[in-house]
Amino acid sequence: MIETLLDILSWMLLCAGGVFVLIGGIGALRLPGFYTRLHAASLTDSMATILIFVGIMLQAGLSLAALKLGAIMLFLLVTGPTASYALANAALQSGLRPVATRLDSEGTEEP
Amino acid sequence: MYVAVSLAILVTMILALLRALRGPTVYDRVLAVNMFGTKTVLLLSVIAFLMERPDFLDLALAYALINMVGILAVLEFFQNRTRGAQEDGHD
Repeated sequence: MIETLLDILSWMLLCAGGVFVLIGGIGALRLPGFYTRLHAASLTDSMATILIFVGIMLQAGLSLAALKLGAIMLFLLVTGPTASYALANAALQSGLRPVATRLDSEGTEEP
Repeated sequence: MYVAVSLAILVTMILALLRALRGPTVYDRVLAVNMFGTKTVLLLSVIAFLMERPDFLDLALAYALINMVGILAVLEFFQNRTRGAQEDGHD
């Protein structure tokens, strides 16, 4: 009974993680501008990492494999945002400006 | 279910490769390579359980470490290069 519930839960987590991974890939390919692509890739990366690793850990049970999975997950969760920050910082330092439009007081767009 | 997740990750790796080939700026390419590396770690972890070979988890851990160091090194290289180019322009 409990095992079936755990199976269903881990299946749902893994599928949700796969969907997030796909959304991140499509966003990184199709969004305009570097910073929007960075945003799509880094946010979905963190979410998919949590979902997929927790899903696999439920399958692994209490074992050394689960410990290793937890270590990899924590490491990815620390390094992913760090790499994204370093990337955005390097791009901004080198003079790459975000593509954005500003709304003036009448609500019309101006570049 | 592992097969479905592996397929999703593989498709995303192809999309990241397309972005790396297309990317207008060098930072787009670095972003795509970073994505590719993270997805490799995820894929290795899923495959370890798909094929029931837990040794693959060690590979995933090592790959995560190498990927992080590699991305930071490449970024540092490009940042120094653009800074040097700007300083050359001022002189």
